Amino acid sequence: MTSAQVIGWTREQMAARVALDIPDGAYVNLGIGIPELVASFVPEGRRIIYHTENGMIGMGPPPTDGQGDPELINAGKRKVTELPGAAYFHHADSFAMIRGGHIDVSVLGALQVARNGDLANWSTGEPGAIPAVGGAMDLCAGVKRVYVITTHCTKAGEPKLVDVCTLPFTGLGVVNRVYTELAVINITPEGFRLVELAPGVSFDDVQQRTGAPLLPKSEHAERITP
Amino acid sequence: MITPSAESEFPAMLGKTCPSVHEAIADVHDGAVVMVGGFGEAGSPIELLHTLIDQGAHDLTIISNNCGSGEVGLAALFKAGRVRKVICSFPKTANSTVFPDLYRAGKCELELVPQGTLAERIRAGGAGIPAFYTPAAVGTPLAEGKETRIFDGRPYLMERALRADFALIKGRVADATGNIIYNKTARNFGPIMAMAADVAIVQVQRIVSPGEIDPEAVITPGIFVKRVVEVANPAHESDLVAAGVSYP
Repeated sequence: MTSAQVIGWTREQMAARVALDIPDGAYVNLGIGIPELVASFVPEGRRIIYHTENGMIGMGPPPTDGQGDPELINAGKRKVTELPGAAYFHHADSFAMIRGGHIDVSVLGALQVARNGDLANWSTGEPGAIPAVGGAMDLCAGVKRVYVITTHCTKAGEPKLVDVCTLPFTGLGVVNRVYTELAVINITPEGFRLVELAPGVSFDDVQQRTGAPLLPKSEHAERITP
Repeated sequence: MITPSAESEFPAMLGKTCPSVHEAIADVHDGAVVMVGGFGEAGSPIELLHTLIDQGAHDLTIISNNCGSGEVGLAALFKAGRVRKVICSFPKTANSTVFPDLYRAGKCELELVPQGTLAERIRAGGAGIPAFYTPAAVGTPLAEGKETRIFDGRPYLMERALRADFALIKGRVADATGNIIYNKTARNFGPIMAMAADVAIVQVQRIVSPGEIDPEAVITPGIFVKRVVEVANPAHESDLVAAGVSYP
């Protein structure tokens, strides 16, 4: 690890960068935490339909009147609104959408991502921790593209992008792309490959904070053009 | 030849309206398996849960997505020591220590299930399907001990259906034949739990006469529901938690 300070993108900028890669007309499921920010940064003119696992498509932003309905909430159990064209459904239908390949993009948080796309995001494995999994394993199993948005390292400075996950798995070989404050990185058959650096961040900065070899940016454009 | 009888062989098809929440849950027995609807506070049948605490049934197995918040509703049932085991996808809540404390003290068993697998196990239970295969959780600790089978080159886990003796559900409006409509994301597990329980008990804000709900709008058909009971002004869990209420 280097002691030099590297800042890169803010959380909002990370979320905005994810939003750039979400195609027009996509059905998208956002996980709890940083992924929720993505909804605020959809580029103008692009229509994204948000799915929330607790039984709704066409989810809108939090209510602005400070009121809302305690029975109209998102997966993070925060109040949201319904947009024109919204629909409600029960949990088995909601996960049929997820597991059945009907959702185009899932944006999840992570504890660790391995170079082969394995994801660990539900358990720190610490003694006394209460295990809780929610819908992450179903999302990994069934959504067409899984994007991870996360800090590049843990609070203790350990890389979250690793050779092999040491924490309990959520899914195997499921992650397509990782967005951190330092870079956008693709999971490829060869391992982690740089897609884009945050301003002021060098390839070496990212490699030093990554627990597996980082491949240089490909000659071919890898940004997913919507 | 079928002879007409004065008393119906199928009284359950007739009036399903219970006069009170106490009568609605009176026969929940010790050791019962009870499904509890709700995702967070949305759809949590707080009045039925509080009445169940008053009623006293213990050694319950609870099937629910969460374990409640604060010290009201489902969390209060745990706090009262009535739950032996819970089958659940997300037992943590930011504002409740009730379940975590019980779990760490070894006083409540937990079967952790991915959320979609939980939903499908319940749906299968109500649909007469004893087991199914899912791609969720393959290769993870939650796959341990489960049969794996390859279909078209991809591994899947076998998961068993879930059924229950009772389901406690919150709807918005019912008619006297048990047809139910729900409120927004409070629908969540209600329709599938109603299918998977021998006795589905639904609290609603209003019970109307048959015909008043458009048949095209019915979400849970009355065939899945044994009892409906009116709770005109149900409490919101977040309001009770914010007010520091601890039930009873």
